[in-house]
Amino acid sequence: MIARFLEQFPIVFASLNVGFLQTLKLFFVTLVGALPLGLIIAFGSMSSFKPLSAVVKTVIWIVRGSPLMIQLLILYYFPGLVFGANIWGQGETGRFVAASVAFIINYACYFAEIYRGGIQGVPKGQAEAGQVLGLNKRQVFFKITLMQMIKRIVPPMSNEIITLVKDTSLARIIALQELIWAGQSFLKGSQGIAGAIWPMFFTAVYYLAFSAILTVLFSKIEKKMSYFKV
Amino acid sequence: MSILNVEKLTKSFGDVEVLKGVSFSLEEGEVLSVIGSSGGGKTTLLRCINFLETPDTGRITVEGKTAFEGDPSRVNEKQYTPFIDRNVQHSLGLVFQQFNLFPQYSVLGNLTLAPRLAAKKREDFKTAKKEIYAEIDEKALSILKATGLSEKKDNYPCQLSGGQQQRVAIARALMLSPAILCFDEPTSALDPELTGEVLKVIRELRESGHTMIIVTHELEFARRVSDKIIFMANGLIEEMGTPDEIFENPKSEKTRSFIQTDYLSAN
Ligand SMILES: Nc1ncnc2c1ncn2[C@@H]1O[C@H](COP(=O)(O)OP(=O)(O)OP(=O)(O)O)[C@@H](O)[C@H]1O
Ligand SMILES: [Mg+2]
Repeated sequence: MIARFLEQFPIVFASLNVGFLQTLKLFFVTLVGALPLGLIIAFGSMSSFKPLSAVVKTVIWIVRGSPLMIQLLILYYFPGLVFGANIWGQGETGRFVAASVAFIINYACYFAEIYRGGIQGVPKGQAEAGQVLGLNKRQVFFKITLMQMIKRIVPPMSNEIITLVKDTSLARIIALQELIWAGQSFLKGSQGIAGAIWPMFFTAVYYLAFSAILTVLFSKIEKKMSYFKV
Repeated sequence: MSILNVEKLTKSFGDVEVLKGVSFSLEEGEVLSVIGSSGGGKTTLLRCINFLETPDTGRITVEGKTAFEGDPSRVNEKQYTPFIDRNVQHSLGLVFQQFNLFPQYSVLGNLTLAPRLAAKKREDFKTAKKEIYAEIDEKALSILKATGLSEKKDNYPCQLSGGQQQRVAIARALMLSPAILCFDEPTSALDPELTGEVLKVIRELRESGHTMIIVTHELEFARRVSDKIIFMANGLIEEMGTPDEIFENPKSEKTRSFIQTDYLSAN
């Protein structure tokens, strides 16, 4: 049995690495899109223009109130059903684009709520102090509020981002060839290996290692910002 | 010409009229204290003068320029907006009860933030940025020296005592050389043993000729530092006069009883 494992390992390892690369790509693309989009959504939900904030809040409710897996399915297949053509492009690239869009929208809504809490948590006196010193609204946000908001949101954001690491596996539902998909392929049969369950188990090692790195990174960021208190 | 003129200022929050027609003026170099019982509208008055609240009607003139004007006969018209000129804010400084220092900046950073941003509007900013920043730093250091904070310039607000934080807040306001410096109960958030160092700074500002409005519950201090005292009650100026008039010979019964309960009992 050990001999068979040793024989399978290099093949499986190479495949899992390819899958993991796709997982990483989805992870980073989601962050790059959702981090700024979340800020825009947060401002939308705090807008004093009632129709705008109502629409944005409804979108946030829908996105946070339904499973990401369903959102992936709808986003990927619904345009095809309506327009009769896959708008996402063919094959793996198309699946990746669709998954990225779904993840960015989903995570942007979660981030937006964290941002909103962070912004509203900064005492009103901070903006007032800036205002009487002659700063305009933009300057108050970028020079005063932003840094305090970042410090407040690092702990909840790190939670959410570590959740994202694991959530990328949901893209399996539209057959994106990410880590879980790669592991599962050896169960069904691939490269001469079939019925092997251990590659699936082994994928957990990747997720654990990656979230360990992120945990260390976030505690470093927290430490870096400990020079001031909010 | 008075440096500040406030005429018939009114302000309501919903149905509650908090300022009911406040008028007074302040001359250059004068120190005005505003006293009165809780909820009388002192903070609201100071916030209106500093544009943190928009008054409903009346007029505010700073150094001859109209900063606010609201016509009482028109406030109920839907499309009427009172005149307001926020540029006058440059002539005003405000020190808060809760200090409101920016926690992410060092003491020096708190002082230089606003002047550095303001300097960006200067025509020579691009060519003389270094010199301008150096000038701002130099000014900050000299103000810190005057307020006894030189050694704390690189500390962060969370590393300072309340008294030190409030002195930094005063220094920060002074950076923009306001024509009128306002204080809202600058010592109320401090432990009793820390109020002295803040009051000392305010006394020194008086010596150097600063025009100030001080809302305070420290009656003994108000009496000694002020040229004029306003006693406010229920959104109106109940009595205005010199410290001696207010403390020795109050005309109003309300003033007398306020001074008796608040002041005489403490002294
Ligand atoms: N933003 C606001 N919204 C509604 N009511 C307000 C607001 N600000 C102040 N008030 C009310 O206005 C009245 C006057 O308040 P203000 O803070 O000006 O009094 P004050 O004289 O400064 O009192 P204190 O000595 O306690 O500081 C109070 O009844 C207060 O509840
Ligand atoms: Mg007050």
